[in-house]
Amino acid sequence: METVIDVAWVAVCQAADIPVDGGACALVEGEQIAIFNFARRGEWYATQNLCPHKQQMALARGMIGSTGEACEPKVACPFHKRTFSLLTGECLNGDECSIRTYPIKVENGLVFIGLEAG
Amino acid sequence: MVPQPVPTVVVIGNGMVGYKFCEKLLAKTPAFNLVVFGEEPRVAYDRVHLSEYFAGKTADDLLMAPLQWYHDQHITLHLGDAVQEIDRVSQTVHARSGLVQPYDYLVLATGSSAFVPDIPGVEKAGVMVYRTIEDLEEIKAYAATAKRGAVLGGGLLGLEAAKALLDLGVPETHVIEFAPRLMPRQIDAAGSQMLQTKLEALGLTIHLSKATASIGGEDKINALHFGDGSVLEVDMLVISAGIRPRDELAKLAGLEVGLRGGIVVNDEMQTSDPRIFAIGECALHGGMIYGLVAPGYDMAEVVASQLTQGARAFTGYDMSSKLKLIGVDVASFGDPFIAEPHSRSIVFEDAHSGVYKRINISPDGKYLLGGVLIGDAEAYNLLLQTVNNKIVLPPHPEDLILGARGGEANEGAGVLSLPDEALVCSCEAVTKGAICGAVTELGVTTVEGMKKCNKAGTGCGGCVPIVKDLIQGTLKAQGAYIKNVLCEHFDYSRQELFDLLKINDIRTYDAALDHFGKGDGCETCKPAIGSILSGLWNDLIIKQNTIQDTNDRYLANIQKGGSYSVVPRIAAGEVTPEQLMVIGHVAQKYGLYTKITGGQRIDMFGAHVSDLPDIWEELINAGFESGHAYGKSLRTVKSCVGSTWCRFGLHDSVSLAIEIENRYKGIRSPHKLKSGVSGCVRECAEAQAKDFGIIATEKGWNLYVCGNGGAKPQHAQLLATDVDKETLVRYLDRFLMFYIKTADPLMRTATWLNKLEGGLAYLKNVVINDSLGICAELEAEMALLIQNYHCEWREVVENPELRRQFTHFVNAPTLKDPSIEFEPVRGQKIVKAW
Repeated sequence: METVIDVAWVAVCQAADIPVDGGACALVEGEQIAIFNFARRGEWYATQNLCPHKQQMALARGMIGSTGEACEPKVACPFHKRTFSLLTGECLNGDECSIRTYPIKVENGLVFIGLEAG
Repeated sequence: MVPQPVPTVVVIGNGMVGYKFCEKLLAKTPAFNLVVFGEEPRVAYDRVHLSEYFAGKTADDLLMAPLQWYHDQHITLHLGDAVQEIDRVSQTVHARSGLVQPYDYLVLATGSSAFVPDIPGVEKAGVMVYRTIEDLEEIKAYAATAKRGAVLGGGLLGLEAAKALLDLGVPETHVIEFAPRLMPRQIDAAGSQMLQTKLEALGLTIHLSKATASIGGEDKINALHFGDGSVLEVDMLVISAGIRPRDELAKLAGLEVGLRGGIVVNDEMQTSDPRIFAIGECALHGGMIYGLVAPGYDMAEVVASQLTQGARAFTGYDMSSKLKLIGVDVASFGDPFIAEPHSRSIVFEDAHSGVYKRINISPDGKYLLGGVLIGDAEAYNLLLQTVNNKIVLPPHPEDLILGARGGEANEGAGVLSLPDEALVCSCEAVTKGAICGAVTELGVTTVEGMKKCNKAGTGCGGCVPIVKDLIQGTLKAQGAYIKNVLCEHFDYSRQELFDLLKINDIRTYDAALDHFGKGDGCETCKPAIGSILSGLWNDLIIKQNTIQDTNDRYLANIQKGGSYSVVPRIAAGEVTPEQLMVIGHVAQKYGLYTKITGGQRIDMFGAHVSDLPDIWEELINAGFESGHAYGKSLRTVKSCVGSTWCRFGLHDSVSLAIEIENRYKGIRSPHKLKSGVSGCVRECAEAQAKDFGIIATEKGWNLYVCGNGGAKPQHAQLLATDVDKETLVRYLDRFLMFYIKTADPLMRTATWLNKLEGGLAYLKNVVINDSLGICAELEAEMALLIQNYHCEWREVVENPELRRQFTHFVNAPTLKDPSIEFEPVRGQKIVKAW
């Protein structure tokens, strides 16, 4: 965590509500956010739910996995299999679109999403 | 420090070739100040695909590059400002706006205009040309009310224009040609005849050997009067009688022009003034005007090379071309007309399906010189390469147009035998060597990757199949054995994994990954392993829902917008009035769009994910079960009505189809499976287009396997003849299980058979003669899958834990996705376009 942004943490749902090694969509202050429980790696990720390729609210329903030597975590949109890095939001198929990622943490069995404060 | 002065290159004309010149020059060096003048208000657009403007493409879709591109490339662009004078002494151009622009080098890419013959009456309203987007808009406006349209000119562009009129719905379209046949410059008389027959069948009326004497009508056209005294009443006319090079500016500047038009250039594309170049349709090289885009691009490359100390020269261009005219393939290559004694021709003519092929070979039978293809131009690329690269012909050159008859066809070997210099993509001038090099040096493995790498296939797209063959052929040639692995996480093929998971009794994806894989998996290996596990154990797939593709994860088919469609099983298409009413009631209650599918059942579209369990609860209570339309599994067994009602039916095809569909329903396979049963040889169920199809005979049933429709249709092949039902089912068990165990992920049965060494003969041996001694095992494995069948939706409906997963918002389960929007259509609703 090298960048410290001033974020407001919002409790969203029970950690147990998110499928193991899968995702679900949450409505957070009017925004659709995809939450991923990467249990195999013991990691959590959050991104926008909208796939920028065809503007579909679908990323939470995508399969997650990893790619490359560095095992970069990624999610594949169920519509046309565009894949995005869960770390940076960058499209991994060479397209110029990218997705927004959000800070996320799990405490006491609750999932918190970090929204920009202010 | 005084900066080096940057030389200024002025380009007059912003068409396809003018644009391509900018692109090519900038790709070599940024060391020029580029200034472009275009007289049209738009930036360069794709004229080759102009007719697609009618088919729904917008002017923006046709742009070669958006306005922003010119900005990003630091090109000064003056649109809607025609250059009126070139002052060669002061090296300046003078534009209509009064702008005076000095140049160090000048490139004329002024193109051509439509040639309008001097016929009395051409000025009347309703007489148009076919050249620019503005012309197209005018044609469109007239076509809206026209009853009868005519096109003057039966050449390539004329027939394109005629297609445009047909597409625009002009009820009667005529083509008028002065010559005694269509496309006289490209194809021979027999080819013209075949083309004419096909076009007439499509609704065009063609008039040959007609000289148009005058155009009748007061202010607006109402008729064409011909030299032979005949009259044709029309209310619109599109003139497409050829092109005229735009050389007036050059002429004014005292540059040398041809007698019949065109700016004279040498092999370096220089005009009579060495600082001025001309490229594209305005240039006259070796006495020829080149009216195609590919030679224009080549000329652009020559000038870009000259300006950057290169040495490329233009040495003429092969005018071979292939196009689809109103759905009819037309191609000509090399010398299409050469005849005895300079060549011998092989001709294939099939008047029934409208195919004409002619190839001209050298008298010694060694080389291909040229030819014509009408109705089927699939062999065009290979034939063109064979001509251009002087490849020595095989002993039976007729195979080139007839296909090898008997013996194994050796796909792909042909393209690999091309020399490295062979030009594969003529639009972007990419050679075979460059394509294979991109595979071996840069690791390109897909057509998409190749497009990004060197633009091969991005022009007309005609070379894409050959590019694909080259990529695959090169990959294969790279290693004696290309290991066919699932993805980066599993170093095994699907078939190997199937055996490994079975022997080790592995039942979850995680266990498979731990034992045989690495990393965290991906969207390729997850569903593939899911399919293998289902093929082994047939457990409930949503126990591991996050490894399933989204359709299998939500047990429904995701559609545009993110809603789902619902398909209950209607085995063999047999449905009671009561069941129909239930479907109607459910669709009405949940606001679903309904449509009959190709597989004889009913699809309900537009369901919110959170409504799915409720919808299914009602369907299941009425006796329906999952149709597995979402799975890579058996879809439907289509049936004709058979001997129960039909006077021709030999056996009861419906009952058999129901039995077969219920036997194999829900079983997961490498890809979807479709089937059909026909009650007689009339084949109303189209069983021969299915993965497995059954047709009644006097003595029993014939079994066909490995057919499919889709993008590349293939007929099923006869596996067994006149068998009884028990034998039939036994063969089917073995066949399906063998496929499930050995195919690659997402490989349909047709492709599987095509790749199976030994082909159908081998498959027959395995399934019928038990040559591998595995038939008992295959039958036992299939029996286990059948025994483990469950309606997945019943399991969900009855299990609150599973039901809970069907929500859009995990933190607001009752809320539906507000981004899904519908709009009305014909009394139902459809999803809003993306």
